[in-house]
Amino acid sequence: MDLLRFITAGSVDDGKSTLIGRLLFDTKNILADQMEAIERASKSRNDGEIDLALLTDGLRSEREQGITIDVAYKYFQTPNRKFISIDAPGHIQYTRNMVTGASNADLAIILVDARHGVAEQTRRHSLIASMLGIPHVVVAINKMDLVGNSEDAFLEIAKTYQDLAQKLNIKDLTIIPVSALNGDNIVDRSKNMPWYTGETLLSVLETVNVLKDKNTTDGRFSVQYVIRPQTEELHDYRGYAGRLQSGSLRKGEAVKILPSGTESKIARIEFGGQEIIEAGVFESVTILLEDDVDISRGDMIVSVDNSPIVSQDIEALVCWMDDRKTLKAGDKYLLQHGTARTKCSVRSIEYQIDINSYEKLDEVESLKLNDVARIILRTAQPIAYDPYQQNRANGAAILIDETSNVTVGACMVE
Amino acid sequence: MSNEVSMSISVKEASDLSDQGNIDRRKPDYLDQLEAEAIYIMREVAGQFERPALLFSGGKDSITLVRLAQKAFAPGKIPFPLVHIDTGHNFVEATDYRDMLAEKTGSKLIVRYVEDTIKAKNLKEPTGKNASRNWLQTFTLLDTIEEFGFDACIGGARRDEEKARAKERIFSFRDEFGQWDPKRQRPELWNLFNGRIHKGENVRVFPISNWTELDVWAYLQREGITLPSIYFAHERECILRDGRLLYNTPVIEKDPEDQIVTRQVRFRTVGDMTCTAAVESSAATLEEVIAEITVSRISERGETRIDDQQTEAAMEDRKKGGYF
Repeated sequence: MDLLRFITAGSVDDGKSTLIGRLLFDTKNILADQMEAIERASKSRNDGEIDLALLTDGLRSEREQGITIDVAYKYFQTPNRKFISIDAPGHIQYTRNMVTGASNADLAIILVDARHGVAEQTRRHSLIASMLGIPHVVVAINKMDLVGNSEDAFLEIAKTYQDLAQKLNIKDLTIIPVSALNGDNIVDRSKNMPWYTGETLLSVLETVNVLKDKNTTDGRFSVQYVIRPQTEELHDYRGYAGRLQSGSLRKGEAVKILPSGTESKIARIEFGGQEIIEAGVFESVTILLEDDVDISRGDMIVSVDNSPIVSQDIEALVCWMDDRKTLKAGDKYLLQHGTARTKCSVRSIEYQIDINSYEKLDEVESLKLNDVARIILRTAQPIAYDPYQQNRANGAAILIDETSNVTVGACMVE
Repeated sequence: MSNEVSMSISVKEASDLSDQGNIDRRKPDYLDQLEAEAIYIMREVAGQFERPALLFSGGKDSITLVRLAQKAFAPGKIPFPLVHIDTGHNFVEATDYRDMLAEKTGSKLIVRYVEDTIKAKNLKEPTGKNASRNWLQTFTLLDTIEEFGFDACIGGARRDEEKARAKERIFSFRDEFGQWDPKRQRPELWNLFNGRIHKGENVRVFPISNWTELDVWAYLQREGITLPSIYFAHERECILRDGRLLYNTPVIEKDPEDQIVTRQVRFRTVGDMTCTAAVESSAATLEEVIAEITVSRISERGETRIDDQQTEAAMEDRKKGGYF
């Protein structure tokens, strides 16, 4: 059985938390005591209707205000797959939270209120999904019951969305009419919309092919830690602990160490102390090399015939996440890419992207919280990267403020 | 009484990496994915911090952490100590297991006692029905972090356990007072963990954040790890209180309405004796336990944790104060 991570994007009133609640409820993933707690809380809050949204709102202020502030994770399974649901707030002021949740997602569910159609926030959520390279997007047109379950209403919204999607990089798009409140087309097919013959939401979640999304071609291994037991029997043991970010590496394969460019051969690959012949994408292994080369945390081991770009000059899309300081040309940060950390300075802001209209804004002086822009960075040490849209794991980086130590920017290197 | 029953602990199996159960490495599945992610996180801790520690309780989640740490750093030893904050109200089966596992894995074990903190700080111990030292652990934990200068503490918390935990980062920043601020969490993107801190601050790290209770059980089974005997069905003298079965131990203050009963039980979680309830069960093996949990309609903490039942935000409040 495999694992699917999906993010749900929508705003306060789109019924996002209700949708997650409905998925959990209809797949029988809500346990008796959790249900009782929700019933108790629902009674004290509204007209006594069971509020499935209470399942995901975890913090006191969220329950008080009836909104989702932070990213919440929920876990459930069906006989076919295990799911990690990432629930991120949809309001513009929480764009950074959505970017955070989207960074690890295989699929995005974008909620659209059938009464309002494609709204500004739909455009924003779609841009983020596209920018973060989420391979599959499901647009759930919710509250169909409030537009009389009308096929025409659905088709009109679907058409508008398809036009919008053309401007973006969405590889796989599915549009489904649903009612989260009533459970229509979530797990069970709707009796109220007999005209809809496509898949239910759950059936898309269960069958989307995530294996195909992985980059299995570019062998990239970031060294996290050097294992040197220095005991008598393991006196000369020197193992490089890390994770295959993409591709695979085999025993005997010729490799290159970056950024130095030194070449060697893989003498042995171990997992949990046991020898294995090949390590595949996302496996955490230990690599031993034939030659005694100088390697430390932050270095990358790659296939000799398939090299990433090694450079100190980087162009990236950045989502700015600091609510206290802005980003300006000339500012200095730490750039964390894989396990490497290097100082960097902002050469320039090329242009900002209006995340609602997708327009490019020139001559932008500074970026504030939730702004998205293309920037040029100069790093103190070269980094070995692949363009983000080809290789999510090796094209992603974060900016860290050196004085506050806070993560202030999400970078997708181009 | 059951704690006199000979303990069926085989720590050899728990620490022996050569026997990894029936792992079919050709078919990667969700357990492999979760394991690889957790090992990656363990190694990030070793790579980013100077003085990490692994918070070990003797419970199944921290036993899982030890196994993952062994795999992460094999053939080397685990490069950080195991730290246990002992309330003095722990199950003897769990503390015995803890000692043996530390010895077998060659790990340094640091134990600090809540009892000592109560005396040193002249703290008032909660009394009465349902009184527990659970909250007092926070004081001992923060003192221990300061004593050893730990900059990262690895814990076995999972996001599926509780709704405040569902919102917590894998690298969870704590200020110099050990406090968690849920509104100012660092964004955590991709697999890029930011462990940079100032002196005196620390990071709590949760490598099995994305595991469910069932995943932990399935992993223990797959890895062929033997658990402390209290996780399996046994006869035990219990206090029946408000529909829950508590171990009949002198550290729990009796209430006139308590009934003393002997039942066949097992523990689904292992925490402090005063706030961990047993469940009636005949499951004597890991397979049987997994079968029971799979059909159970009640969540783990809901069934067995008295400390979470107090208010809707009990865990959130404890975490803000510096709790695990």
